Amino acid sequence: MQLYVNIAVLASIYALIACGYVLIYRVSRVLNLAHGELMMLGSYLLLTTASLFTGHPYLAFAAAALLALVVGALVYLFLLRRMTGEMVLAAVLTTVALGILLRGVMVLIWSASQQYPREALGWANPAIALPGGARISTFALLLILSTAAVYLSLFVFLRFSRWGIRMRAAGQNPLLAAQRGISLHGVYALAWGLSTFTGGLAGMLLAMDSGLDGTMVVIGLKAFPAALVGGLDSLVGALLGSLIIAAAEIFLIHHVDPLLSDVVPFLVLIAMLVIRPWGLLGTKEELDRV
Amino acid sequence: MSKSLPRASGYFRTSYADELPLVQTTLQRLSLKAVLLALLVFPFFATSFQLDLACQVFLAAIGALSLMLLTGYAGQVSLGHAGLIAAGAFTAGILAKELNAPFWVTIPAAAVVGALLGVVFGLPSLRLRGLYLAVSTLALHFVVVYLGGEYETKRGYSTGIVVDPPKLGGFELIDGRLWYFVMLAFAVGTLLICLNLLRGRTGRAWRAIHSHETVAEALGIGIAGYKLLAFVVSSALTAVAGALFAYYRGFVSVEAFSLFLSIQYVAMVIIGGMGSLLGAILGAVFVTLFPYAIENGMRLLPGAEKLAGAVFAVNYAAFGLVMVLFLVFEPQGLVGIWKRLQSYFVLWPFKHRPLASGRR
Repeated sequence: MQLYVNIAVLASIYALIACGYVLIYRVSRVLNLAHGELMMLGSYLLLTTASLFTGHPYLAFAAAALLALVVGALVYLFLLRRMTGEMVLAAVLTTVALGILLRGVMVLIWSASQQYPREALGWANPAIALPGGARISTFALLLILSTAAVYLSLFVFLRFSRWGIRMRAAGQNPLLAAQRGISLHGVYALAWGLSTFTGGLAGMLLAMDSGLDGTMVVIGLKAFPAALVGGLDSLVGALLGSLIIAAAEIFLIHHVDPLLSDVVPFLVLIAMLVIRPWGLLGTKEELDRV
Repeated sequence: MSKSLPRASGYFRTSYADELPLVQTTLQRLSLKAVLLALLVFPFFATSFQLDLACQVFLAAIGALSLMLLTGYAGQVSLGHAGLIAAGAFTAGILAKELNAPFWVTIPAAAVVGALLGVVFGLPSLRLRGLYLAVSTLALHFVVVYLGGEYETKRGYSTGIVVDPPKLGGFELIDGRLWYFVMLAFAVGTLLICLNLLRGRTGRAWRAIHSHETVAEALGIGIAGYKLLAFVVSSALTAVAGALFAYYRGFVSVEAFSLFLSIQYVAMVIIGGMGSLLGAILGAVFVTLFPYAIENGMRLLPGAEKLAGAVFAVNYAAFGLVMVLFLVFEPQGLVGIWKRLQSYFVLWPFKHRPLASGRR
């Protein structure tokens, strides 16, 4: 039973991170390899707002989430906007370089030692007993719930809201979308903002559950196979991919070798790339556009 | 080889055989001699620290040249270069440790392992392109590093494998000056291999595949074969660099082969300038010396003692920043700057090439 709970927690972590990859890729065909760093930046922002608004943990949390949204949009406006229309690979390498830059800056500002934003906010993290003898920490449960909420609202947003429809249109055919008066830069900036927001949310919840240090980037990178296995342009796919990756990881760690933890997602990724490169639910012609 | 600018003023080839010599003009011959002389004399005046830097540059140059073959010429993106270096280093380390194999066995063995891994890294390229290919090499990098880590823990070398200095003709290779010449020989050898591959049929095939795969296939180039060949050659050369690295450091550990190393090699290719061997070398020099330059620069700042702990982070941030700046403002890299400088002096006092001459 505990095993299944662990899978559910890990899957929702991956899913919450992976939807950031999917959002940006679906809208602008850019693979954001700085997602792990942006997610870590979100949780460091929480650390700062926690010390700014002492005594108001909810306010601090909301401020950090809002800041993450703004940071994502700024990253697009000041950096990636210049790479629009360039070779896709150049844009991807720019995100890689941005990731390195962010990592250095974060160590400079917040130091590399392990931090605990939950203590700074003054929240406790008691374990909750589930039927069947399994236990789950409060923030892990919160993580599952917020993943569900984020996915639900993203579905509604993309399907029914004006900006969501604009985003889908820009992803399907940027030229036509621009011709119809959709501001591509606005849509892309929104995608970056939302992606950083969800990533930052994942980072904050994860940091509150288990502390904050440099290893968070690795988790961010391990969520990427989840996005690709499901199909880089499909949100449902990201959910499915996260479940597969998390299940494979937990089972192999449990039954074979704990050292496998960092490599399992990538093994699944390779298998997927060999069999069905566009992912479980991705669109097939994606491949030739790259 | 595209005609470089100085030769545009009246140097014309009259037969295909004229295309072949690597050194074509007197100026080239003289500058080549000057560079060789400088490289040969350098170790007799340098401090041991400078020798160490030079060796690192040569090592990086081997890796960068081989990545340039793959990415800059054949157009196949790889984010798994550190995995190949790790493979070479581990091959050399394991053979030297377990079987006491000598230098002249481990280096070719590393090349063979590299070539085999090249096939593995290259197989996805037959189906995937661009981004997806980059991702698959990235994934393979993690697999290789995992296997190395597994070996370390299973054999009880949890901190890393210690490699004894190699023996060459009876005496041990420890002296920095000796290492310098070994590394120089390997780097020059790699450069010659690359030059020769690129001016022949193989190089033309790679460039054709880079420009347009379908057209290349229509011209009768076996796409699959040449793509795999690019991966195999590049990986074998990289693995040799890895084996040399193992001997030079005397120590192999998975920590040295992080994703950051792969990115550094990609950065060398980009900062140097895509599609140019000179670019690979310039990029290797730049990326290798950059952290030392930052460190020295920080020492000049006031309150240097307090900053000492931050050197690592500053290095990281500055490296990322430089990479971003090159990608955004100078996609042609250092070679682009060099070419612009050349044409500035050739065309002076004019700014632009007259329309009549057409080609660059």
